[in-house]
Amino acid sequence: MTEHPHQSARHAAEVVLDDVDVGYSGQRVVHAISLTLASGQIGCFLGPSGCGKTTLLRAIAGFEGVMRGEIRLNDHTVSRPGFLLAPEKRNVGMVFQDFALFPHLDVTGNIAFGIRGWKRAEREHRVRELLRLIGLSGYERAYPHALSGGQQQRIALARALAPRPQLLLLDEPFSSMDVELRTDLAHEVRGILRAEGTTGMLVTHDQNEAFAFADRIAVLNAGRLCQWDTAYNLYHKPADRFVAGFVGEGTIVSGRVCAEDCVETALGRIHGLLPGHFTEGSGVDVLVRPDDIELDNASGDIPAEVVSKAFRGADFLYTLRLRDGTELLCVAPSHDNYVVSDHVRLRLGFSHLVVFPRGKGGSEAS
Amino acid sequence: MEHTVTSKARRSRTPGLFPRGRPGAWPIVSGLVALVLALPVLVIFAHVFLPAGDVWVHLRQTLLGEYVRNSLLLLFGVGVGVLVIGIPVAWLVSVCEFPGRRIFQWALMLPLAMPAYIIAYTYTGMLDFTGPVQALIRDITGLGYGQYWFPEIRSLTGAMLMLTLVLYPYVYLLTRAAFLEQSVCVLEVSRTLGSGPYSGFLRVALPLARPAVIAGLTLALMEVLADYGTVAYFGIATFTTGIFRTWYGLADPGAAAQLAAVLLSFVFILILLERWSRMRARFHHTSSRYSTLPRYQLRGWKAAAAVAACLIPVLLGFLVPAAQLTIWALRTTEQWLNPDFAGLVLNTFYLAALAAVIAVILALVLAYARRMEGGLITGLAVRVAGMGYAVPGTVIAIGVMLPFAWFDNTLDGFMRMHFGISTGLLLSGTLAALLFAYAVRFLAVSLQTVEAGLGKIKPSMDDAARSLGMRPLATLTRVHLPIMRGTLLTALLLVFVDVLKELPATLILRPFDFNTLAVRAFELAGDERLAESSSAALAIVLVGLLPVILISLTIERSRPGQTQRARARKRRTDDAPLALPAGAQAS
Repeated sequence: MTEHPHQSARHAAEVVLDDVDVGYSGQRVVHAISLTLASGQIGCFLGPSGCGKTTLLRAIAGFEGVMRGEIRLNDHTVSRPGFLLAPEKRNVGMVFQDFALFPHLDVTGNIAFGIRGWKRAEREHRVRELLRLIGLSGYERAYPHALSGGQQQRIALARALAPRPQLLLLDEPFSSMDVELRTDLAHEVRGILRAEGTTGMLVTHDQNEAFAFADRIAVLNAGRLCQWDTAYNLYHKPADRFVAGFVGEGTIVSGRVCAEDCVETALGRIHGLLPGHFTEGSGVDVLVRPDDIELDNASGDIPAEVVSKAFRGADFLYTLRLRDGTELLCVAPSHDNYVVSDHVRLRLGFSHLVVFPRGKGGSEAS
Repeated sequence: MEHTVTSKARRSRTPGLFPRGRPGAWPIVSGLVALVLALPVLVIFAHVFLPAGDVWVHLRQTLLGEYVRNSLLLLFGVGVGVLVIGIPVAWLVSVCEFPGRRIFQWALMLPLAMPAYIIAYTYTGMLDFTGPVQALIRDITGLGYGQYWFPEIRSLTGAMLMLTLVLYPYVYLLTRAAFLEQSVCVLEVSRTLGSGPYSGFLRVALPLARPAVIAGLTLALMEVLADYGTVAYFGIATFTTGIFRTWYGLADPGAAAQLAAVLLSFVFILILLERWSRMRARFHHTSSRYSTLPRYQLRGWKAAAAVAACLIPVLLGFLVPAAQLTIWALRTTEQWLNPDFAGLVLNTFYLAALAAVIAVILALVLAYARRMEGGLITGLAVRVAGMGYAVPGTVIAIGVMLPFAWFDNTLDGFMRMHFGISTGLLLSGTLAALLFAYAVRFLAVSLQTVEAGLGKIKPSMDDAARSLGMRPLATLTRVHLPIMRGTLLTALLLVFVDVLKELPATLILRPFDFNTLAVRAFELAGDERLAESSSAALAIVLVGLLPVILISLTIERSRPGQTQRARARKRRTDDAPLALPAGAQAS
């Protein structure tokens, strides 16, 4: 499709946040954020509400200025203290939480809003192309109020993509969708972004959405960046206690280092590679994921009692209590059906250890 | 070069429509607008603290008691009247099914188009000794003057009836809206708990609608306090007629202002009562699910009673007086089929349109100030500016006249003393004074409409337009203006009609020899030339029908049950293959 003059200018942005602080009226909301999102990749800001993820997204869009550091898109500085490239000049698309479709324009008018400078034929071609991409061909003349939430969402996406932005930002775009639809939509939108070859950045508080959508995920807590990593590493190598607790399920069990590859806990001795260096005898906290322990009444050697259980379809999530009162989570296939207060036996199945120095919330553990 | 430079971080979530860096202008602008608009009320209140003159002492000793008594009686009578008519008909058309219900839904609003002073003199013409009703009685019975008893329409009771007939729609309108938005669950729960239609009404629906009922009642009572035309025509001594008498008859502006201050305090008590009642009973609907309730089908005598209950207010409040006005107008075609009348209509429309444009522009300034900045001062300014609607036109007129006259006299005196020239009257007695008073009184109307319209434009829409490459000005013209167009037209129309109907402020402030339809109708009626006044009155009523139509359309469109259900239905078909042909849903 080289006949589009606008396509030649098209290049997915590399996004660089360099030691960025953002805030309003003297109050800093996010602090010292540094990360690089490679061109064409899809990233995500994940964190609880109030962690500053939307603020950060709006800073990248140019709706908020930065108080420190810089934001660069493809090596062009777009924000630094005292300087803010206006949002309309950044070639950055944004999909809003409430979609913000223009109620006075039909679907075509909405999608073509950002490309009215194009030649008519190109414009029409682009709208058709996008409607095909989002699977809404035939809705050209429909008005937003006549569309369902999912349809509006895809129109908003198409509208943001129409000018071929170098970067697409999505502010919790699935939060108003039904839960069952969210992950599907996240996959679908990811496919559309890939097809368009645009760099993408999503904000969400839902880790499943983040996992389904992003190549790399930034976990934010209280305005600080805890970890910028792949989903696999967030789960298996969390940088700090917050990430360990926020991503996936698990329990912290206290223990003592007894060898280079061994920790003594209420579960007995756990063997596995320790991340980093820990002196022998030092107190540590061990993250125990539900899939690290197995329910095995035949060969298990750790007695425990069932405290509660939750049916999750393919498996049960049991809460178990050890003799010393420590409570653990454990996933077991749903045909192993125990009832509350049953006595069971456990076996350890650690492949690697996630260990933090005792009592410190620091993020230097890995 | 293309860069916007800023040193100031912006407040969170404020839309990025206007250049940053100067949010400081909004509170100043909105504060100034509000201050200017509050001037008349401030002037009136200032007079409370001035030493009382002889006239005021005289008033207090003689007439004030009568003013207070008559005004209170009028408030009480009309208050009972509008509740007795308004609530039952609202309940009937929202919850029951009977012949003609759909027509009554909007027909019950028709009396809103009928100004009280017009209905008052129309009925006077019909029920007077020489009127058709008494003539008919005499023809049938053969009795003569003084030989039979007939109620006197020009009385306090008559005024109560007239005001009730045109003001009950306020209660009807708001109560019906409250019934319509009551969640189906609440009423269904009451049914499963054994409440029949009547006890369901008394125990659930009515208590839930109480804030709306009281809001409607307050609006009606404010109109009662503001009314001048009816009580003046019936010769009842109330505050408004008292103010006119003191102003013109006793020529004591100070005492008139003090009387106005007392009237104003009545208004504020009303507002406070309304606030207080709302504070105690702020109901939130716990469910967002709505649907149209299955209506109770009325049959037989019950249906007939329902039809009668709805028909009588429409008949007496609109159809009969409108028919009488039409008959008179047809009999006096020479009154309005002439260039004079056309000039009068043009004159009035010109004035009303000018006032509407001013009110809408001011409303836009205030509404945008609140949207852009939203600080304490701006918020306060918007509230103050919106209070004028509660202030009777008479009070505003006095409050405008006093400072304007003072300014003119001072300037004139100064110029004469120093330059030997007389500047005469620059402000008072000009259209400017009248337009200013209209702006004070009717800004609330335009402000409410404009704010509602602006609320539809979410801040994220501004951001979306910006991220799609629109500069702030382009965002304004390509997003805000098209979305707001309907709203602005509505606001213009509402103020236009209100100005058209306005009487007391126009009477006091109009320039010499400047007439409006309302003034013409009132003056001719006052001279007992009822038939001749009918054409002007009919013109007002006809234009007054426009907002009534508009309101009923808006209510139809915004019924929560329908939109919510439609949305739910759409969600279910979400992601389903597209069965709709292109453009089928475009409207």
